[in-house]
Amino acid sequence: MGKVSHMDESQVVIQMKDIVKKFGDFTANDHINLTVHKGEVHAILGENGAGKSTMMNVLCGLYKPTSGQIFINEKEVQFSSPKDAIDMGIGMVHQHFMLIQPFTVADNIILGVEPVKGLVIDHKMAREKVLELSERYGMKVDPDARIEDISVGMQQRVEILKVLYRGADTLILDEPTASLTPQEIEGLMEIIENLTADGKSVILITHKLKEITACADTCTIIRQGKYIRTVKVDEVNENELAAMMVGRNVSFTVEKKEMIPGEIVLEVHNIHAKDYRDVEILKGFNLTVRRGEIVGLAGVDGNGQTELVEVLTGLRKADTGEVRVLGKDVFNKSPKETFESGISSIPADRQKHGLILDFSNEDNLILQHFEEDPFARKHMLNRKAIREHASELIEKFDVRPRGSEGAPAGTLSGGNQQKVIIAREVTNDKDLLIAVNPTRGLDVGAIEFVHKYLVEQRNKNHAVLLVSFELDEIMSLSDRIEVIFDGQITGSVSGKDADEKELGFMMAGGKKHE
Amino acid sequence: MNKKKSILESNVFYTLIAIAAGFLIGAVFLMIAGISPATAYGKLLSSVFGKPKYLVWTLIYASPLIFTGLSVAFSFRTGVFNIGAEGQFVVGSLAACTIGILVDLPAWIHVPLCILAAAAAGMVWSLFVGLLKVKRGIHEVLSFIMFNWIAFYLSNYVVNLKIIHKEGGGEATKDVLDSAKILFPEGLQKALDCSSANWGFIMALVAAAVIWVIIEKTTLGYKLKAVGYNSHGALYGGINADASVLTALGISGALAGLGGAVQILGMAGRLSQFAGQEGFGFEGITVALIGSSSPIGCIFSGIFYGAMKYGGSKLSMVKAPSEVVNIIMGCVILFIAISQVFRMLFARFTKKEGK
Repeated sequence: MGKVSHMDESQVVIQMKDIVKKFGDFTANDHINLTVHKGEVHAILGENGAGKSTMMNVLCGLYKPTSGQIFINEKEVQFSSPKDAIDMGIGMVHQHFMLIQPFTVADNIILGVEPVKGLVIDHKMAREKVLELSERYGMKVDPDARIEDISVGMQQRVEILKVLYRGADTLILDEPTASLTPQEIEGLMEIIENLTADGKSVILITHKLKEITACADTCTIIRQGKYIRTVKVDEVNENELAAMMVGRNVSFTVEKKEMIPGEIVLEVHNIHAKDYRDVEILKGFNLTVRRGEIVGLAGVDGNGQTELVEVLTGLRKADTGEVRVLGKDVFNKSPKETFESGISSIPADRQKHGLILDFSNEDNLILQHFEEDPFARKHMLNRKAIREHASELIEKFDVRPRGSEGAPAGTLSGGNQQKVIIAREVTNDKDLLIAVNPTRGLDVGAIEFVHKYLVEQRNKNHAVLLVSFELDEIMSLSDRIEVIFDGQITGSVSGKDADEKELGFMMAGGKKHE
Repeated sequence: MNKKKSILESNVFYTLIAIAAGFLIGAVFLMIAGISPATAYGKLLSSVFGKPKYLVWTLIYASPLIFTGLSVAFSFRTGVFNIGAEGQFVVGSLAACTIGILVDLPAWIHVPLCILAAAAAGMVWSLFVGLLKVKRGIHEVLSFIMFNWIAFYLSNYVVNLKIIHKEGGGEATKDVLDSAKILFPEGLQKALDCSSANWGFIMALVAAAVIWVIIEKTTLGYKLKAVGYNSHGALYGGINADASVLTALGISGALAGLGGAVQILGMAGRLSQFAGQEGFGFEGITVALIGSSSPIGCIFSGIFYGAMKYGGSKLSMVKAPSEVVNIIMGCVILFIAISQVFRMLFARFTKKEGK
């Protein structure tokens, strides 16, 4: 992707100087510095919990810094609320969208600053303004569509338009690609380019190195609340960025020993199933996974992966077909039965399926075993055994913060929530592990960790089915790659011979070249 | 500083503030009605604390409320909303009353039979709704409200059946047999100077303890809470969500039914024809909310509500309307619901102080 820089180094629009933010005894930001120029794309890179969000919340007026100064257009400012920051041209697009589902796109954009005609909202004027903005920055949106009917990528555009509508000159995008498909990510990159071409500045909070090298001019790295340094993106490579972020060298290549796949663990034959709209989405799906191999299921979101995993884990009933685990029939069985037959899984939605967020970590870690010895005796929970089990796993799987056995799982960061799930599912030690987008939203260090455990399961001669929308992840981990398109397997390649272009072609519905 | 903070963050603190605010607003209404709040609240206090026997009465009033409070609190903790405790209380009363009148047995078997019948009736009443929810996807709140009215009219129908209706007019059943009553032995009654003193409060304490153990200590509690917090996650973890919902509603209904038994076998002694819903179940919602849905909290909030009801019944002596109690309780709930606002105000206040 060609990168055009619109940065004007003579004009500093934002400067944060020696920002310190303390919460009680905890220092979330420890002398952070940031300088953003007009037309610049400035990435903020840091691990989960490094203090990126705190820093941005200071900049957009949500938090008051404990000490330090903020300058906007070289004038010192003090924000007492987000409104002050918005008035100074700083707009934030949050990772989790804040849109009202039944409202239209235009209504969401004007919410709170509605143009009025007498006592009523001037909808015509609102619509025109929205259309004008969306054309100016090449963001196609239908102003009359309801939010609940449009895609996640489209919703993000609405959020961006919302801050532009409020007159933002600097846009803070918090993990903007976390929930986007690869195509939507490309669209976002174009939008960022259009914004900077128009003289806007963009602050991009991310831990995806690829995005930084693809579109940022500069990158500020923070680690454990401390400012590390600011670099020109052209002058560093991804490995150097990663090392600065986690404070050590990170390996991107996954070490795998040679394995010869053994007996068949999972056998899926001719599955037909419907999705939530009652439309057939799996149309005669076949798959086998053997011991000692990682099979990667590659495909664009929405081709039946979600439904397949739900069928395999007992959450969805298929219409017809066969599913066997080590020869045992588990077709349309309950989640408990499929689990006991040997399937454990790392679910795609860690907050909906993976964890009971209001439960403590120790209770989450015994989810499938709470009725078994030693965690329960005569229907009474054995708190001591549960605590010991949790302490051991928290230590072994490096869940942070330490000592969080009794804290609700919802208080952990995303990466650490995922570690809790992985600790539980890997410890279940089943013959088949299904992992669905296991590294979504995680930083480089955590990704390395997750990958290590997936490979370890394979090396222990278990079978692993990896379902992921990240082609890189599939290619670096899989021994065999199966491509799903429109509810069927459309191609199969060995992991060693995988070629990104060819896979992409098959994922779009093309047949494998002979 | 830390101690101060923990007080500012505790539920009890905000509940106390809400109660104080409720009394303040009650005072405004009293003044509008031309009654001195000092007189009215003075009467309220002296009616509850004036004599030891008044305290006994407070506990008698509190007992059924603790049961319905536990019923609603248990449902809150397990992710369903038992707004049908009213109906379960009524069918529980009905079952206890019918068996208390019609079956003649020695006390050691008659009392448990009546109590079990009431619990079973409340449970079955609640399970109807549970089955509609699980099998047909009908939201429990809708069916519970309808079942409250069904219980209401069923009770009025049964009260007027010849076999149990009190002869010679009146709009109530005969008294339940002495063998079915749960009154204290006479000696103890005399010592307490109260002829209605009964085991209801002790039963409520035991029930609260049992419910606390179930919620906090057992695998059953784990399962029910898991489904209550996140039914998708529980299902994924192999827990049968439908069975859990039914179990939770069954236990919740049984508790409300027990409340009905305590009221009939302890205080009332008979079932009267209702003119309108009596409200024990709805008051249970208030008790559960004031008690932060904790079984132990329900004991205290139940006693509080009992005191307000008992003290309120004497307000007419100073020409104050007893409805002021309802105003106060309503405001308390309102303030608990908006306690987040209090929290924010305090957070801002302490922040400014820190600057």
